[in-house]
Amino acid sequence: MATSTTPDGSDRPLEDLLRELTPQVLGAVVRWSGDFAAAEDAVQEALLAAATTWPRDGVPDRPKAWLIQAASRRLIDEVRQELARRRREERAALREVPAGEVEEYDDTLRLLFLCCHPSLTPASAIALTLRAVGGLTTAEIATAYLVPEATMAQRISRAKQKLKDASFELDTGADRLRNVLHVLYLIFNEGYTSTSGPELHRGDLSTEAIRLTRAVHAQLPDDGQVTGLLALMLLTDARRPARTGSAGELVPLAEQDRSLWNQDYITEGVALAVKAFSTPPLGEYQLQAAIAALHDEAKRAEATDWPQILALYKLLEDLSGNPMVKLNRAIAAAMVEGPDAGLKLLEPLDEELAGNHRLDAVRAHLFEMRGDNETAVEHFRAAARRTTSLPERDYLSRKAAALRPLR
Amino acid sequence: MTRFMLLVNMDGGNVDTPMLEWDKADMEAHLKFLGDHLERLRESGELVDVQGLTWPKHGKVVRAASVSAPVLTDGPYAESKEVLAGYQIVDVESEERAIEIAAELSSAPGPGGVPIEQPIEVRRIMESDGDLYDA
Repeated sequence: MATSTTPDGSDRPLEDLLRELTPQVLGAVVRWSGDFAAAEDAVQEALLAAATTWPRDGVPDRPKAWLIQAASRRLIDEVRQELARRRREERAALREVPAGEVEEYDDTLRLLFLCCHPSLTPASAIALTLRAVGGLTTAEIATAYLVPEATMAQRISRAKQKLKDASFELDTGADRLRNVLHVLYLIFNEGYTSTSGPELHRGDLSTEAIRLTRAVHAQLPDDGQVTGLLALMLLTDARRPARTGSAGELVPLAEQDRSLWNQDYITEGVALAVKAFSTPPLGEYQLQAAIAALHDEAKRAEATDWPQILALYKLLEDLSGNPMVKLNRAIAAAMVEGPDAGLKLLEPLDEELAGNHRLDAVRAHLFEMRGDNETAVEHFRAAARRTTSLPERDYLSRKAAALRPLR
Repeated sequence: MTRFMLLVNMDGGNVDTPMLEWDKADMEAHLKFLGDHLERLRESGELVDVQGLTWPKHGKVVRAASVSAPVLTDGPYAESKEVLAGYQIVDVESEERAIEIAAELSSAPGPGGVPIEQPIEVRRIMESDGDLYDA
């Protein structure tokens, strides 16, 4: 029996252990019972029992099996009572948990794939993933997504309801995997794009997304998309300490203090990006990770390998056809061939990105590069009026003010 | 998900008679409609906040004055239709959905069960996130 308390008496290791085991146990119990909501209640009770008895009796030798057994027993009790009440004993075919087999599966992954079920909207899948797989409390998720706890609780419970009839087969098919990766990517971005201020905790979402993506990567180490996404997250998150100033203002990549970047993440991310890039077929995450690696490896903004980045954006554009990629390609082209080359690439985007503030913003920067401040100011102002983000509006307004000729 | 504020003014839409003078049954039907509307938004996990404001005559307008105490004046346009009466904040998948919610709110019944078609202003709430030029 291992002891669960640290010398200072805190239960940190026990908490960590329970947090790690929860999705695996929940996954096992859901798979066995087929009822998400009931399984979750039962697992909560089992966790409560563990938190009360383990510090006293010590952690059992097979803590996961202990929790699964405890949760299953509660679920069986629940089912028994339910059945008795409805007088349907003939259906009381209670299945016992197959003791040996359970630990062979990775139930964390199974649960993640269920939470990213195609019948759920991205918002529901995100909420459910953070609750069931990430083990965040409803209050924490609500804070992160800036809604009241009751609103988030309702969203999670609706998502569970929707999954009630969903099959709990481990579907790791390409489509479902793409869904899972997309949900993880959205969670990451939600944390990464938050600026400091009243929502300081939102950054934790990035950490959580990285943790979950690591779990997927551990199961599917040879999948290039998974490796690429993990690399992309690490290489992007590495810059997080430098992307906002002390007042929460946005600091663009070119102006960031690169000594603040997380070198450990960069080292790990670059290695993963290289591995991902040599694992065909090449998808968007691998290419984005390769671009992020090139940025992160430049010690100064001027040292950025723009010709390579431009080549990668061309590949990415062929692959995705996404207008935002075309926009980034125009920036790279301007850095390699001069602002006029970039401006020319922006022309066909007027229709596709009509009214999008980013098009105005990029144009503004390219006119500034060209030395045409008057036109740059016009576009910075247009971008500032169109953005839906306060820190972006402030940044764009400041740029416009700084370039305006003195009267 | 995107947050929108749905603003409701004192403007009564098609109806000139103030609600305080409506028949009891009409008023009950109106309030039940609004209650059901909010309940649906609660259930769908889209309602963030809903508030009504006190009567404009209880309001004050404050202007800083450089040499004396701030200048206070009474409620801006007492009884005018331009005054904010209340708001809802919803967190929804799309602007279309916010408009759908506003349209439902606007169809609340007035005297005789006729929808009052009160104008609802739909405004997107600015985000605190930003990610210009990260690529």
